[in-house]
Amino acid sequence: MMEDKPIGERLWAIAIWVLVIFFVINVLATIAAVAVDSFGTRWFNSWLPAGFTTCWYSSAWDEFQLHDVLIVTFEVVGAVVLLAGLLGVPAAYALARRNFPGKQAVILLFLLPMMIPPITFGIPLATVLYQAHLGGNMSGVILANLVPTVPFVVLVMIPFIEQIDPRIEAAARVFGAGTGRLFVHVLVPLLAPGILAALLLVLVRTIAMFELTFFTAGPDSQTLVVTLYYAVGSAGVRSNQSIDAMAVVYMLTTLVWLLIALRFVDPTQIVTRAKREAAH
Amino acid sequence: MAIAARDFRELRLDGMSRNFGTVNALKGVTLNVRRGEFIALLGPSGCGKSTALNCLAGLLTLSGGSIWLDKTRIDRLAPEERGFGMVFQNYALFPHMSVRKNIGFGLNMQGRPKAEIERKVDEALAIVRLGDQGEKLPGQLSGGQQQRVAIARAIVIEPPLVLMDEPLSNLDAKLRLEMRAEIRRIHELIGSATIYVTHDQEEALSLADRIVVMRAGEVRQVGTPEDLYVRPAHADVAEFMGYRNQIRSRATKSGNLVNVSIGGVSLQGTPIENVSDGEVVAAVRPDDLKVAAGGPISATVESAQYHGHDFYCLGRTDEGIELYFRLSQKVKKGDAVRLAADADRVLVYSRAAP
Amino acid sequence: MSERAVNAAPERMPLRVRLALHDLDAVTLLVLPAVIFVIALFVYPFVYGFVLSFQPKTGDWLTNYRKFFSDPFLYDTIGATFRLAIPATLINVLISVPVALRVRRLERRRVLTTILVVPITLGTVLIAQGLLIYLGPQGWFNRVMAIIGVGQVRLVHNYVGVMLSLIMSGFPFTFLLTLSYLTGIDPSLEQAASTLGAKARARFVHILLPLLAQGLAINLCLSFVQTFSVFPSAVLLGAPAGETRVISIAAYQAAYEQYNYSMASAVAMIMGFCQLAVVVLILAGRNFVYRGAVTGGKG
Repeated sequence: MMEDKPIGERLWAIAIWVLVIFFVINVLATIAAVAVDSFGTRWFNSWLPAGFTTCWYSSAWDEFQLHDVLIVTFEVVGAVVLLAGLLGVPAAYALARRNFPGKQAVILLFLLPMMIPPITFGIPLATVLYQAHLGGNMSGVILANLVPTVPFVVLVMIPFIEQIDPRIEAAARVFGAGTGRLFVHVLVPLLAPGILAALLLVLVRTIAMFELTFFTAGPDSQTLVVTLYYAVGSAGVRSNQSIDAMAVVYMLTTLVWLLIALRFVDPTQIVTRAKREAAH
Repeated sequence: MAIAARDFRELRLDGMSRNFGTVNALKGVTLNVRRGEFIALLGPSGCGKSTALNCLAGLLTLSGGSIWLDKTRIDRLAPEERGFGMVFQNYALFPHMSVRKNIGFGLNMQGRPKAEIERKVDEALAIVRLGDQGEKLPGQLSGGQQQRVAIARAIVIEPPLVLMDEPLSNLDAKLRLEMRAEIRRIHELIGSATIYVTHDQEEALSLADRIVVMRAGEVRQVGTPEDLYVRPAHADVAEFMGYRNQIRSRATKSGNLVNVSIGGVSLQGTPIENVSDGEVVAAVRPDDLKVAAGGPISATVESAQYHGHDFYCLGRTDEGIELYFRLSQKVKKGDAVRLAADADRVLVYSRAAP
Repeated sequence: MSERAVNAAPERMPLRVRLALHDLDAVTLLVLPAVIFVIALFVYPFVYGFVLSFQPKTGDWLTNYRKFFSDPFLYDTIGATFRLAIPATLINVLISVPVALRVRRLERRRVLTTILVVPITLGTVLIAQGLLIYLGPQGWFNRVMAIIGVGQVRLVHNYVGVMLSLIMSGFPFTFLLTLSYLTGIDPSLEQAASTLGAKARARFVHILLPLLAQGLAINLCLSFVQTFSVFPSAVLLGAPAGETRVISIAAYQAAYEQYNYSMASAVAMIMGFCQLAVVVLILAGRNFVYRGAVTGGKG
C-alpha cells in the first residue's frame, strides 16, 4: 500500500511472479510444441523444424478418419449437452425452490458423481453398460458421459436460480400465469444466461472427458480425445507429426468453445462454481 | 482511568486530495483537529467523507496534500504504523476469534505481555458494558453488541484518534439513539479525538463539537452544531441541515436586510452570501414558517401528516410554490392558511454561488 | 348456537395441502428424472461393482482382494499412486496460496485466469502429448538446459514427467479455487487488522490463514481425489510398467486385457477406498479449524 516496501517483501513478490511467469511459459510452450511439430516437415535435432508444411493435416484426416471421429464427437457432445440440460435444469429448479424432506440426501446424491473420479466408477459403469448391450456404441458413451454431467448442471444452476427472487414468480402467478406460462415467459428468459453458461461449460468439459468414453466406446464410437490417446500410445507405429496434427484439431475444437464460453462466464467459474457447491 | 488516549496537540489535514482515475473524490480538504475534539464529517452519499476517513486511516493513499500529527508527517505511513483506532461500518469483527481475542488483537500486535492484555481487555469490556460476553464469538452477538465490541477494540489500544465510519447506520432507530449516547459517553471517558462520518444531520448535531459539512469532495462549512443549525453558510448546506423550503426568487436590498418576493408577496430576509439585487434562494425551516392570521403568504393545504406533537404540512401558494410548515392545530386538505416568518429566520443565498 | 358443532373434530386437510406444507408438490417432482438417472447409472453400477468384486469366476468371495494384496505387481500400485498423488496435491495446493495472495490485487486478473484455464480445458491427454515433445530429449526445455549449462535432464517416460503433468493440469484448479476462497474473505477484516497494527505477515497468520483453512481442506480433498485417479499421463508420459504403474492401470488391465470384470471391480473398490480414507482424514482435521462465515459482522 505504501511506497517504501521492505526489501524482503519485494524479493518475495518478485519470486512469486517469476514462478507464475515460468508456469505460464511452460504451458504455452507445451501447446506450441504440439502446434509447431504438426506443421513441420522434419524435426529431429534443431530448435525448429527443417521446413513447414500442412501435409500432415490431410494425412491425419485420412489416417485417423477424422471426419467420422469429429461427427461422432459432436453427436456425443450435443446429446450430452441436451440431455444434461433437460434432466438437470428442472432438478435444479426443484432443489432451489423447495425444501422437501430428503433434500440433503438428494444433494449428496448429486455430489457423489462429481467428487468420485471417473475411473473409480467408470469400470463398474462400463461393465453394467456392456451387460445391457449398450456398451461399445454411441448410446453407451452418451450415457456414461451424462453421469458426472447431470449433477454438474444441477449444481451449477442452483445458485443461478436462487438468485432470482421467488417473489417475481409469485407476482407472475398472482397475475394469472400457470406453471407452463411461468416457465416460458418468466423463468426461461431470466435463466437463459445461466443455462447458456452451464451448457457451454458442459460442452467444453465433455469434449475433454477421457476416461468414461475410453471405457465405454467401441471402435466407431470414439470421441476425438480417445482417438488421440490411442494414437499417442502407438506413437512408434504412426508418425508423430500426424498425431500432432490431430492434436491441434482437438485443441481447436476445445478452445473455440472455451472462447465462446468465456464471453458468458468468468473462467474462475468453470472451476469454482461446481467445486464450491460440492464442498458445502 | 487506565485506558486513556495518547496525548497530542493537533491533527492537521493540509489540502488532502484523492482521485480515483478521473473522479476527484476529495478536493483539497483542510482541517485542524484538537485533542479531545469530536468532529463529525457530514454530507450526502458520494461527498467524500468516507474517502477522507480512509485516507486518514491510511487505507487509501493521498493523491495530494499531507496529514500531520503535531510535527510528524503521517500520510506516508502504512495503517499499521499510524496507531489510530477505527470502527468500521460493518464492524469488521474477526469471526474466528472470541470477543476478548478481538478486543485484545491490537495489544497483541504491540507485543504487550499477556497479563496486561487481559487487564486492559477487562477494562474495555467494562467501559462498553459487555463484561459477561467475553468468550462469545461475534456471530453469537446482536448488532448493537457487535458494535460495542468494535468500539472496545478501537479504544483499548489507547489511540490519539478514533475514526468511526457510519457506525450506527446498520442499527434500528431505537438502538441508534441508545448507542449515540454511549458513543459520546465513551468519547468523553477516554479523552481521544474522534472523527465520525455520518449522513444523518441529527446524529452530527447531537454528538459533535464541530461539524464539517462536505459535498462533492469539498468542505462546505466547518462550525459548531449551533452555527450550522442557525446560520448555514450556503444554500446546499442549509438544505442538508433541514431548511427544506428553498424558494427561488429575486431580492432587493432593504437596509441590512433584503426583500424577497414569494408569490407576489414581499418577505424580509437576512442575506448570508453576497446578494446584490439578483437571483437568490430563500431558505426557511418548516418550523420557522408559522401560521399567523395576518401573515403575508397565503397558501392552500395539500397534505397534513400527523406527527403526534404537531402536523407536518405541505401547502401551495396561488402561484404554485410548495412550502413546508408545521402546525399544532389540525388542518385538512383544501384549508386556507396564512404564513409568516421572522426576517432573521429567512436566510437568503445567492443563486449564482456554487 | 350448537355445542355439537364446536366440539366436532376439525376437518382433515386434503392430502395435497398436507404435502405442500412439507414442500412436496408438482415442482418437487421435477427432481425425479435426474435422481432416477443418477441412481440407475451411478449408484446401481457402483453397488453392482461392489458386489461383483466379491464374485470372482473361481475361488471364494475374497479371492480378488487376497490376490491383489499378495501380488506385489498389484499392491505396489497403491504405493506408486500415493507417491505421485501426495506430493502433487501438496505442491498444487500449498503453492496456490502465496500465488493467490499476490494475484488477487492484480487488476488484469482475467488474462491470467484465462491462460490458466487452458490446460484444464485441454485435458490430460493433450498435455501428455505436448510434454512428450516439449520435455523430450530434443525438445526446447532440454535445449535451454543445455544452454544454461545444466545438461540433459530425463523428464519423459518416468516419474518426473507424470509429476509435471499432474502439476500442469492440477495447479490451475487449486489456484482458482484458493483465489475464490481468498476473495470471499471480507476485505474489511484485513483493513481492521492493519489499523490495529498488524503487518502483512501478521495479517496472514492471524486473519487470512485461519479463515482460509476450511477452504484449503476442501481444496486438498478435491485435488487429492483427482491426482490419485491419474491415468492417461501415467501411461503416455510415464513408465506404466515400472515406477508409474498406478492403480488405475491395474484396474484397466484387469478389465480390458484380462477381461476379469470381477477383479477390475475389486481394484476399483480398493482405489475408491484409498481415496475415501484420505478424504475422511483431511475432513477430520477440518474439525480443528474455524468453519463458518468469513464476513465481519452484520454490516
